Amino acid sequence: MEYEPVIGLEVHVQLETRTKVFCGCLTDFGAEPNTQVCPVCLGFPGSLPVLNKTALEYSIKVGLALNCAIQGFTKFDRKHYYYPDLPKNIQISQYDLPIAKDGYLDIGVNGQTKRIGIRRAHLEEDAGKLIHRGNASLVDYNRTGQPLLEIVSEPDISAPEEAYEYLTDLKSVVEYLDVSDCDMEKGSLRCDANISVRPRGTKELGTKSEIKNLNSFKAVRDALQYEINRHLELKAAGEQIVQETRLWDEKETKTLSMRSKEEAKDYRYFPEPDLPPFTIDKSRIGEIRKTIPELPKEKMRRFMKDYGLTLYDARLLVISKNTSLYAEERLKAFPSKDKKPVANWLIGPMAQEANSRNKELADIPVSPAALNEIIGLVESGQISNLAAKTVLTEMIDSGKNAGTIVREKNLVQISDESALATEMEAVIKENPKVVGDFKAGKENSIMFLVGQVMKRTKGKANPKIVRDMLKRRLTDA
Amino acid sequence: MDLHRLTAHELSDRLKKKEATPEDIFSSLQKRLAETEGKVKAFVRLADGRLGQIRRTPPQLHGRNAGLLSGIPVCIKDNICTEGLATECCSRILAGFKPPYDATVIRRLHEAGALVLDAKTNMDEFAFGSSTENSCFGPTHNPWDLDRVPGGSSGGSAAAVAADETILAVGSDTGGSIRQPASFCGVVGMKPTYGRVSRYGLIAFASSLDQIGPFAKDVHDCALLLEAIAGHDPMDSTSADIPVPDYTKSLGKDIKNIRIGIPREYFVEGMDPEVKTIVTEAIEKLKSLGASTHEVTLAHTQYAVPVYYIVATAEASSNLARFDGVQYGLRVKASRMIDMYKRTRGEGFGAEAKRRILLGTFALSHGYYDAYYLRALKVRTLIKNDFDKIFKQFDCIVTPTSPTPAFTIGERAQDPLQMYLSDIYTISANLAGIPGISVPCGFTKKKLPVGLQILGKPFDEETLIRTAHAYEQKTRWNKTRPSL
Amino acid sequence: MALSKETVRYVADLSRIELRPEELEELSRQLEAILEFIDQLDKADIAGVEPTSHVAGLANVMRDDVPVSSLPVEKTLANAPHKEGGYFVVPKVIE
Repeated sequence: MEYEPVIGLEVHVQLETRTKVFCGCLTDFGAEPNTQVCPVCLGFPGSLPVLNKTALEYSIKVGLALNCAIQGFTKFDRKHYYYPDLPKNIQISQYDLPIAKDGYLDIGVNGQTKRIGIRRAHLEEDAGKLIHRGNASLVDYNRTGQPLLEIVSEPDISAPEEAYEYLTDLKSVVEYLDVSDCDMEKGSLRCDANISVRPRGTKELGTKSEIKNLNSFKAVRDALQYEINRHLELKAAGEQIVQETRLWDEKETKTLSMRSKEEAKDYRYFPEPDLPPFTIDKSRIGEIRKTIPELPKEKMRRFMKDYGLTLYDARLLVISKNTSLYAEERLKAFPSKDKKPVANWLIGPMAQEANSRNKELADIPVSPAALNEIIGLVESGQISNLAAKTVLTEMIDSGKNAGTIVREKNLVQISDESALATEMEAVIKENPKVVGDFKAGKENSIMFLVGQVMKRTKGKANPKIVRDMLKRRLTDA
Repeated sequence: MDLHRLTAHELSDRLKKKEATPEDIFSSLQKRLAETEGKVKAFVRLADGRLGQIRRTPPQLHGRNAGLLSGIPVCIKDNICTEGLATECCSRILAGFKPPYDATVIRRLHEAGALVLDAKTNMDEFAFGSSTENSCFGPTHNPWDLDRVPGGSSGGSAAAVAADETILAVGSDTGGSIRQPASFCGVVGMKPTYGRVSRYGLIAFASSLDQIGPFAKDVHDCALLLEAIAGHDPMDSTSADIPVPDYTKSLGKDIKNIRIGIPREYFVEGMDPEVKTIVTEAIEKLKSLGASTHEVTLAHTQYAVPVYYIVATAEASSNLARFDGVQYGLRVKASRMIDMYKRTRGEGFGAEAKRRILLGTFALSHGYYDAYYLRALKVRTLIKNDFDKIFKQFDCIVTPTSPTPAFTIGERAQDPLQMYLSDIYTISANLAGIPGISVPCGFTKKKLPVGLQILGKPFDEETLIRTAHAYEQKTRWNKTRPSL
Repeated sequence: MALSKETVRYVADLSRIELRPEELEELSRQLEAILEFIDQLDKADIAGVEPTSHVAGLANVMRDDVPVSSLPVEKTLANAPHKEGGYFVVPKVIE
């Protein structure tokens, strides 16, 4: 029998409000333990929650960007479980009336668009952090009460690769909205995955497992693949799949059963009596909708249309909001109608520079004018591509302009044939065997000779001219 | 002069005329306490049976109530947070807990110039009870008969006022916890409208029912204290943003044209005959003062107690989940986390707290939510609708506060259900969120006080004060004091 | 309704309360009596009735996203039964 995986993802996004969701404590990352807490987020006896308006607005904004229906009437509920990172042993969450529901996100799968349903997005408070040490656990409540938006997909995802795409696109959308930095390392984006398998073509869902401790999108993909295989092996062996929570072990690259948490999940949800309900009227939704910027998909299509970029290039350049703004500034500033050279530079050398410096592309300090200058120098043949990369590196390091760097480093390309003739003759003399090969019809061996001339001129020779000269010289003779 | 015997408004006059100082009042209380507290036991954790130093000099007076209660001592129930001062809800599980902040009512009292006493009053553990017997510190004794309970759960506050051990007291009322002890102890007590007084800093029992309110020796003082503590608080999302009237303006007004509903369901079986006679006379008195009275029906009254014991315990089971020995209070050591939770809570909570937590947890648990919790919330709607309907035609409702006078210590301790039924007349007001006041309306042959309950429209405490004051002025039951 | 000891034990576990055997016996008995009393709610006609969770009739109570000072860490930890270097300490949580 052929099986297909059925995957649903629960993504928690920490909303980047200045203060916590139900009190005025700051949400700054990395503060000393238990210094951003107050009676409310500590759940001290007698304290009461008051909702942060911005957290609600951000939630609505994400809901709208994910094509959800925003509830006209919403409320909070208490969820009960005992865990020392949860100071009240109650989590204020939303049960039957989430802020947003019934949305979707279109992702790209093998060049096709696939629509993944969003079941709901609800607002809740985050828990604190535990540090395990010896036979004790240390508790830091700074994170307690930070606003979390839980975004639950429909089980529409049918491959680990699709899950990866979904997460990438979801992160991109949320980032564009400026409501979260979506940094998985900082825990501001977290993901749990539900997975089951069923005979292809059937509707009924199989027994699922829930995977936790997924610390990167890659981990999600790998863990899902592992889990699919595990399910299929169990099926093949005729064994029962147990519904359970499993932890992904990054080092061992496998999932492990988490039996201690397997006691009955009886969360005893009931309406939070300390928070009266909320009504969200159409005009408010309209106002928030206006604050939604151009989202990655739209921007990608516009880049293709306005700048003649390929799908591949456009996709890479809209991946994050900052990248897209940075790219667009430079695409616009480029004087020629053909924007391909700018895209090539952004995706090629500049992205490599960013990478090697562990930075975002948008953090590379090369102004639109400076980039135009470099491209201009290459296109007019004044410097070689190779030299241009040197100019770029030097520009980032020193902040000098391209002209100065070319002058100081003496990078001007030599295109004057008479100036190159001496070097060419020397190379011919030193490499009789290669010359012989060429003459014998091995056309490619000429590139070695060009390289040698480049070396002797410290990269300054115009390779195209050198090649032409060599060709003429060796064919004529 | 025995200053402790006076009311707040009488003392305010003396302070203004410089006939007395706040120190005089305080030492008079100290003296009184030395004589009576050993018998009454209204306070908890009292060193040598004396009030401690006044906790702090009141900060600069400010706000609309600046000076309203200047120099007047007020004591606080043990479930209201006082910064740096133990607040334990009379429970072992909160042993030693000193809140890092003041409840909003405490701040308001300071702003009004009151002397917040450095002593907390006794109560049933977490306000779970109607007799103050469920306190980890032992019971409080009724100043009118030391063998009897003062009522509860705010029994300490009520007894302290009745015994002249304080001038004013603050309590909390979830199902009658101010009105019933006020009735048992012969003092005035009010549960304001839900949302009238901030709950910030009140250690929650049942969040949708709890309300802080005043205890006083007469209606005038009750009005002053309510005015001092009422008002919108941005820290409490359920606090109403409605201006607080000058309640003293309702004093001395006549009650002609006041239309009073008398609910027939409140005068049936289970009521002590003496209470019935006394309350009936009180209603006649109100008529003689010009009010009109009419029999009305609160058809769902029989459901109030069962609804209450689902809603209140469900919320309590949730609110009390936080007492786990991690951040404060009792911790019973264990090597595994789950055992630490279970032992801490097993040893920390008293019997009634356990009963209620289990009942409430059951009502919310999987498979029972709809049958119990949701059903109770729906019946709560019916109860509320009954009141809404009556208040379209009537200004207030008059009932007994409690079906019986104070019972003896131990009498009902073994029968939780019997104890629950002593709140039968007070519970509905909490379910409907409406205000209620209890004023003394006479004594039984055994010299036990009986209280008259007046219930009003939401945020219309003025009519309650006006009616209660008119009645008090005519009857002066408050002038009879217990002999201790 | 009839309340089994198993149900009471389950609910006690959910509420993290350790009960001595005699406590379990007594509580089971008392809770059953209380539930029997509560079961009179079955007689109430609740068809088409909305539940009441909040009586104050309020809605949309929110605060602006403006910081308020947090507690000094000494105050936060002042009541802690076990603390260390700015942290609360609990027995190791077994995962």
